[in-house]
Amino acid sequence: MLAGLLLLLVCQLLGEWIVLAAGLPVPGPVMGMVLLLAGLIAHGKVPATIRTPAEGLLRHLALLFVPAGVGLMVHAELIAAEWLVILTSLVVSTVVTVLVTALVLKRLTRNLDLGARGDKS
Amino acid sequence: MSSFWVYFAAKPLWWIIVTIATFLFTSWLNRRVGGTPLLHPVLVALSLIIVLLQLTGTDYNTYFEGAQFIHFLLGPATVALAVPLYDHFERVKKMLLPLLIACSCGAVTAALSVIAVAWLLGASEATLLSLAPKSVTSPIAIGIAEKIGGYPSLAAGLVLITGAIGCLVAPPLFRWLKIEDDAVKGFTLGLSAHGFGTAFAFEFSTLAGAFAGLAMGLTGLLTAFIVPVLVRLLGL
Repeated sequence: MLAGLLLLLVCQLLGEWIVLAAGLPVPGPVMGMVLLLAGLIAHGKVPATIRTPAEGLLRHLALLFVPAGVGLMVHAELIAAEWLVILTSLVVSTVVTVLVTALVLKRLTRNLDLGARGDKS
Repeated sequence: MSSFWVYFAAKPLWWIIVTIATFLFTSWLNRRVGGTPLLHPVLVALSLIIVLLQLTGTDYNTYFEGAQFIHFLLGPATVALAVPLYDHFERVKKMLLPLLIACSCGAVTAALSVIAVAWLLGASEATLLSLAPKSVTSPIAIGIAEKIGGYPSLAAGLVLITGAIGCLVAPPLFRWLKIEDDAVKGFTLGLSAHGFGTAFAFEFSTLAGAFAGLAMGLTGLLTAFIVPVLVRLLGL
């Protein structure tokens, strides 16, 4: 558990370094995720020491967005001035994006043999 | 009473406790009302905390001194997305090409449609440019907004609002489109609503969560390249 947590942090650190050194537009943790995935593929399975902290963190992922979300209060005036434009464009655009993505993916994967649909593994 | 308050408010520990306790309460509340995304635990929790901060005259920086310890965990949690992704790697490999195509279509649609609608409604240029990267996870969105001349801090906030909207509109749209595959649901949520959508997708299944995490990473990468080019093409 502790070793796994350390490994998650080390992957993040390595990710931050790579992003900084190569000047990539991706955040360090995303690069860290790629590194860990590559490591897991090379290892062939997920050791229990990594699975426990990883699943613990992901189970409470939603909580982790609260501090950044409270930051919206800083932009109260900006948002108040153009809130209708902002909200309308965000809603319309999000609906269109969901429609396009879901339809394209559904169409392209229609003929793939993927086994059980929506399995709750 | 006021000296009592000052003592507690100055401790970072206090705002960690407030954040976790509020979130536990709003999660419980959300379960009680049948899990409607209208009362999404994150949205209700952050509204309650903003009200509390304003009632007590606390500024965001003071709050964040405590809350940063929770915020910090977003990093290792993002790295941890590799675990469900590995668990479902066979599915990912089979779907790789469709996923890449869907991701490109979705990322272009997200950026182009929000610019188009906001421009038609007469948004100011800075708002327009802050809206463009709204479908990407916050740290990437901040970088893009800086690059094209929007407000980076506003962009980060708009990303969160987009995330909430995505969680609200996606489930009825999935029902309407008859989408039953959790991989498709998750990927769509991660693309259109980034981290918020990913957290939401984990409530469907770990398969949906894994694909949402994948979509979030891919979209971030693609949008970072696409948006600056789009903005130049549109002459903004």
